[in-house]
Amino acid sequence: MNSKKMKNNKISKYFLILYFILLAMPIYWMLNTSFKFDTEILSQFTLFPHKFTVKNYVEIFNSSVWMGSFLHSLEYVCINVIITLVASVPAAYAFSRWKFKGDHHLFFWLLTNRMAPAVIFMIPFTQIYSSLGLFDTVWAVALSHLLFNIPLAVWILEGFMSSIPKELDETAFIDGYSFPQFFTKIFFPQIKAGIGVAAFLCFTFSWVELILAKTLTIINAKPVVVTLTVGIGAEGIKWGLLGAAGVLTLIPGAVVVYFVRNNLAKGFAMGRV
Amino acid sequence: MASIEFKNVSHSFEIAEGKDKLEWAVKDMNIVWEDGTANALLGPSGCGKTTMLNIISGLLTPSKGKVYIDGKDVTELSTRERHISQVFQFPVIYDSMNVYNNLSFPLVNMNFPKSKIKEKVMKIAEILGLVDYLDAPSSKLNSAEKQKVSLGRGIVRDDTVGILLDEPLTVIDPKLRGELRRQLKMIQSELKITAIYVTHDQHEALTFADKVAIVKDGQLVQIGSPYDLYYNPASPFVGYFIGSPGMNILDAKLNGSTLSLNGFKIELSKDITDKMEIKNSECQLGIRPEEIITSKERTTETISIKVAIIENMGSYKILTLIKKNGSNRDLSIKTRIDIDMSVSKGDIVYLKFPEKYLKIFKDNHKIY
Amino acid sequence: MKNRAWYFVIPMIILMSIGAFLPLMVVVNYSQHYIFAGSAATYVGLENFVEVLHDSQFRGAVRRQFIFTFMILLIEIPLGIIIALALPKKGFWVAPCLVLLGIPLLIPYNVVGIIWRLFTQSDIGVIPKIFEVLGGYYNVTLDSFDAAATILLLDVWHWTPLVVLLVYAGLQAIPDAYYQAAAIDGANSWRTFRFVTLPKLRSVLTLGILLRLMDSFKIYSEPLLLTGGGPGTATTYLSLFVARKAESYELGYASAASLIYFFIVLAMSYIAFQIITRIGKGGKVE
Repeated sequence: MNSKKMKNNKISKYFLILYFILLAMPIYWMLNTSFKFDTEILSQFTLFPHKFTVKNYVEIFNSSVWMGSFLHSLEYVCINVIITLVASVPAAYAFSRWKFKGDHHLFFWLLTNRMAPAVIFMIPFTQIYSSLGLFDTVWAVALSHLLFNIPLAVWILEGFMSSIPKELDETAFIDGYSFPQFFTKIFFPQIKAGIGVAAFLCFTFSWVELILAKTLTIINAKPVVVTLTVGIGAEGIKWGLLGAAGVLTLIPGAVVVYFVRNNLAKGFAMGRV
Repeated sequence: MASIEFKNVSHSFEIAEGKDKLEWAVKDMNIVWEDGTANALLGPSGCGKTTMLNIISGLLTPSKGKVYIDGKDVTELSTRERHISQVFQFPVIYDSMNVYNNLSFPLVNMNFPKSKIKEKVMKIAEILGLVDYLDAPSSKLNSAEKQKVSLGRGIVRDDTVGILLDEPLTVIDPKLRGELRRQLKMIQSELKITAIYVTHDQHEALTFADKVAIVKDGQLVQIGSPYDLYYNPASPFVGYFIGSPGMNILDAKLNGSTLSLNGFKIELSKDITDKMEIKNSECQLGIRPEEIITSKERTTETISIKVAIIENMGSYKILTLIKKNGSNRDLSIKTRIDIDMSVSKGDIVYLKFPEKYLKIFKDNHKIY
Repeated sequence: MKNRAWYFVIPMIILMSIGAFLPLMVVVNYSQHYIFAGSAATYVGLENFVEVLHDSQFRGAVRRQFIFTFMILLIEIPLGIIIALALPKKGFWVAPCLVLLGIPLLIPYNVVGIIWRLFTQSDIGVIPKIFEVLGGYYNVTLDSFDAAATILLLDVWHWTPLVVLLVYAGLQAIPDAYYQAAAIDGANSWRTFRFVTLPKLRSVLTLGILLRLMDSFKIYSEPLLLTGGGPGTATTYLSLFVARKAESYELGYASAASLIYFFIVLAMSYIAFQIITRIGKGGKVE
């Protein structure tokens, strides 16, 4: 019995290794391409750069278009996450702690928005933000993403908050804490993990979103996700450049994961992910 | 069913880590569980009984020693190969199946013919009182019924050698606990199942088992019938652990025929002193609260002591009595009195220690 | 207390109304008009809807979308389960495995598109090279089948880890005792999987299925970046189709199409919501 178990484990191991190699291949390929000269990319097939170069990265760092794009993306993502959390935390608290008329319907309506295809909002958003004078600004994208991130954040936060017993709140009030005090000193530390998860997911979603970001911007607020779709210069598609830009786009996500990694593990176990 | 035996079984979880000084979860155990008997493994949490259980079932291979079933060495065999069934702390059932399919599952896996399966399942269902539930989805039963289904799967097979019960009443509704315990006992004795019941609750152990093994810190402290354990504890631990409240264990000094405790002396008769090999030493005196005679009358043989706490237990009371002793440790004794004896906190009462109930321990062994 | 709740919820409602409800009303409005570029709108009632529903291009996109989503579920769910079963349950390798699995999930969708473009483009990609070596034909830009298959592969690469992580979390929640009992009962691996593992994964699997169902229905960036929706319309899925219509200023048509699209997703979401809340309530400890 033991030897059979060991054999099964071996098969599993090899299978997993194979899967992970397949998983890593495309990413490796992008990394590989990003360090090559375009000539090498087009003329040869090489598993690693024969002529290693950081020229693609240098070009990006020197390009105001690219750097501007990264900046714009960072800007609207951060604005969005902050507003989302500010609006979602109290709402989630209300859903978690109190039963009020229409609460189930409200919650459902929220989720519906999360499900909605972004495409639907392309037209009205363009009109609305134009008339508000916000077209082609980071604020337009930041505000438009609220449509998806608020429901997501409320959904996640409500789950976390509900796992904290209401008795905690009641005890605090009996002890004489005012609501703001209770919230900052007692409640907030408990839900830090939940806020971490919500912030992470909202950040990722907003960073990645393309439809609305593309629709609402032209030049001034052009985000990196849009710049990545272009990448066609007079010389044809600059593969090396695209590769380098792609690699750089991964970085903010990786950074955020790193910071919330502990909370993520906890959140995954308890939350609604 | 069969007999199960441990020979010099020891286990440490740290051997794989290559440590020098090891912590042993189970230390050199030698036990025989006879075929068809009801047994219990009783001990405080963390004493190693779960480890012992896992060694019996085959989940763990012991670092040292051997396990025998019906005389055969099964130490290297897996759980399935040993044919030992287990009832867990929470009901383990196949909740996508109805009760009948749950009970027949082991037989189906063995490719039994359908008619034989039906015969066996009906028989087991009758014994367990589950006949009316056979068609019901197993997830709809209450926890006690689910545990019975768990047990049923173990006994439906003819080749089951023994059943391990790992604190099976843990998640059972308190109202259903007593009934289930009685049913478990009844089923065990009717079918002559070799059962090993693991628990930290002495009441469960003493009511279920004919033979109870007390385990502490991985070692077997005493094994015997409930009567033996109660009246002849082999160590202060057993005396203290068994009984509610347990035995009073008092530090004493033996000098010839005089036992000096903090605050009073007891003269021992020749009957006792003759039987003891040791004449002078530090030791411990053990006597149960219900064995001490408590009264409000003073005589020459009594010790006076003040009442500190009174606990009303319904049909009797437990008194905690404290004798202050200046710079030495206070003496604290528990006694049991009738419900109609009236005492108040602060009263002085008089205790008599009948010699026939005295137990004397030294270095964790009983010397009288 | 009850009134207080509404204070907490109002900021959210305001933002959502402006961000979602009002725009939706605009779309509803437009869908009933014929509009072209900046010209005046003519009210046409439900004509746009009729036009959309009769448009073979629209129906083609819907059909393509359903096939795509169906294939996604068919591949990603079982594959996800298999991988989750193969993952180590404890020990040193758990953390690295989970991180590796998480990486595809963190990559912006359009970068996924780019990665796969680099990976599959003729002359520079790994996959064309493999086909070349094996003597086959592969061209993601020119061949419809290759394009659709590549997008499928891309999505499987991208999203299977989500299913894996969900199922893995679900597996961790199954106490060992169930496997022990199954072993004692003489169940082989398949029967153990069928009667112990699968029932206990029910809620987690439903969640995974629903998430993939809804999100795959909205796929946009990847086909846009990998194939541009082509060749022809081979990889033009619903979201891409409607977006193109909106960009080409056929606002009436696009609005009507959007609403129909929304309705389809809404219907699926509603069923999803019912199922998920039911599982959440009933699926707790026995």
